[in-house]
Amino acid sequence: MGQDNKKILEEERRWEKDCLERHTSGNAEMDWGMKVKTLYTPNDIEDIDYLEDIGFPGEYPYTRGPHPSMYLGRLWTMRQYSGYGTAEETNKRYKYLLEQGQTGLSVAFDLPTQIGYDSDHPLSQGEVGKVGVAVDSLADLERIFDGLPLDKLSTSMTINAPAAILLAMYLALAEKQGISFERLNGTIQNDILKEYTVRGTYIFPVKQSIRLITDIFEYCSRYVPRWNTINIAGYHMREAGATAVQEIAFTFADAIEYVNAGIKAGLNVDDFAPRISWIFNTHNNFFEEIAKYRAARKLWAKIMKDRFGAKDPKSLMFRFHTQTAGSALTAQQPVNNVVRVAFQTLAAVLGGAQSLASCSYDEALALPKEDSVRLSLRTQQIVAHEIGVTETVDPMGGSFYIECLTKKMEEEIEGYISKIDELGGAAVAIEKGYIQQEIQESAYRHLKEVESGKKVVVGVNRYQLEEPPSKGLLKVDPKVGEIQIKRLKELKTTRDNKKVESALSELKKAAVSKVNLMSSILDAVKTYATLGEICDVLRDVFGEYEGTLTI
Amino acid sequence: MNQNKKIRVLVAKPGLDGHDRGAKVIARALRDSGIEVIYTGIRQTPEQIVEASLQEDVDALLLSILSGAHGFLFPRIMELLKEKGLGDILVLGGGIIPEDDIPEMKALGISDVFGPGTLTSTIIDYIKENLSKN
Repeated sequence: MGQDNKKILEEERRWEKDCLERHTSGNAEMDWGMKVKTLYTPNDIEDIDYLEDIGFPGEYPYTRGPHPSMYLGRLWTMRQYSGYGTAEETNKRYKYLLEQGQTGLSVAFDLPTQIGYDSDHPLSQGEVGKVGVAVDSLADLERIFDGLPLDKLSTSMTINAPAAILLAMYLALAEKQGISFERLNGTIQNDILKEYTVRGTYIFPVKQSIRLITDIFEYCSRYVPRWNTINIAGYHMREAGATAVQEIAFTFADAIEYVNAGIKAGLNVDDFAPRISWIFNTHNNFFEEIAKYRAARKLWAKIMKDRFGAKDPKSLMFRFHTQTAGSALTAQQPVNNVVRVAFQTLAAVLGGAQSLASCSYDEALALPKEDSVRLSLRTQQIVAHEIGVTETVDPMGGSFYIECLTKKMEEEIEGYISKIDELGGAAVAIEKGYIQQEIQESAYRHLKEVESGKKVVVGVNRYQLEEPPSKGLLKVDPKVGEIQIKRLKELKTTRDNKKVESALSELKKAAVSKVNLMSSILDAVKTYATLGEICDVLRDVFGEYEGTLTI
Repeated sequence: MNQNKKIRVLVAKPGLDGHDRGAKVIARALRDSGIEVIYTGIRQTPEQIVEASLQEDVDALLLSILSGAHGFLFPRIMELLKEKGLGDILVLGGGIIPEDDIPEMKALGISDVFGPGTLTSTIIDYIKENLSKN
């Protein structure tokens, strides 16, 4: 890359001998094995070709960013993950965040909603409204978005197994607001594979789940062209313990499975690949995170071009949402988390994120309070407007360390993907427990390193304090469950139950056949059939996934 | 208890919560310390957990929950344990349990609650010490 590398190499050896030898040299190691050198010089990036490997933003291989002028053209979407309690409370929180300058919404659903149970299901007891908002029917979605015109919003929904149903509810709501589907912007997570490995909100077996996903790809490519139909997730694997390399590798392996499924379902890769989006976890190791995103952009472009023959530049572009690392927050001295979140937010921006959620400092203890969410939003706004990092594209590009790390991570990730290819792809690797085992090994290694003091966690294994319990944490009103159950009862007496029954029986017929399920699901949600009722029909036809157990 | 008998522990994930990184690393650390460990996997009902405690004849039950549903699930599990005559096994809680809720959990008969950042050795020592007392 540089001029006269031979001379620089000679000088580096001389410097090591004359100068460095008497001083402390580096012995750090990335948790995926790479030794971090004391110093990086042009010698470490000798085999990197600027035009081929790095290039220009907005052009293949997109290492420096998917858009030519990046944040100069448009800042990332500030999108805090939120939702809890009743639909009204969630609506209030959304309006507050938008007033405070947030630019997108990200809906957190409670666990019964994510697993397709209505609030009155026996398994929902104690869980309603806890980790997100409860949605039993279209009526709840109407309350959540009351006074929020959908054509003015970009909404991301963390919903997987029942993604088709929540998407259908959102479409039905748009129709009620008089907004055409083509004008809707947003994302559904719709990534079932990582539910089987680490997140746990699965319902149906693999094959039927993949059918729902490809049905969504097809339907949206025709009717909801601006919708991100899948948000392939590395975030939760990282939270479960994966290293940065495993996070990208396993997520890309899942992605390859989905793209293959789309093609197998008869779709042209360029019809749905441009609507693939991502969510990753921005963790503590600052430079590693920046390099991770640069490596991922380059590698995804290569995978789409070489493996799938995609032609549309949009198919090659890796556009991602990221959230700072929940698992890096400490319950001890929680205010320290403000600093961790700020560094992670900065790393995400230097890594070129399109959308960002910054955790709140009290999240290791409870759902965040209003003023702690505001502080995280302000953190993003300070990074955006005050510290000069958005004024030029990819300011870290060209750093010897960053470029070397980008290349090394790319190679490591590729190695893992080949291993998964050999196993037969992500779905098989999951069935065999391979991905779960790999993540668990990393999680256990991390635990041992923290417990031995090799890894320092401020306030946890060093610089501890005796401290009183945190006060004023957010607590979800336990009455939410009762309120939801009451509303469900009312709904079932006021809606046209004949219409509900006929829509559900049409859905059943469609599920048994091979037709795209989206229209029948949309018809069903419009009758105010509940999420649980719709999922029960599908459970009946599809069966349920049985988890694989690994320790 | 008989000193020669290995301690048997059930690590369980009640409710719909899928966060089991903590449960799994603790299960493994217990196992490495010589304790026999059975892990239930995620999404277990109180009935399934109590049944497994009975079938596996465990000395201790470790419950991990991060979803905030402990207020319903822990009392239900304690009630069922008593019904099945398992009121004397050592029960510990873990996960995200707000400090304010801990006295209530202890009043149910849960011996202690260990939050994030607890050393696994603390939990292992606690189990060994408390079981040797009985």
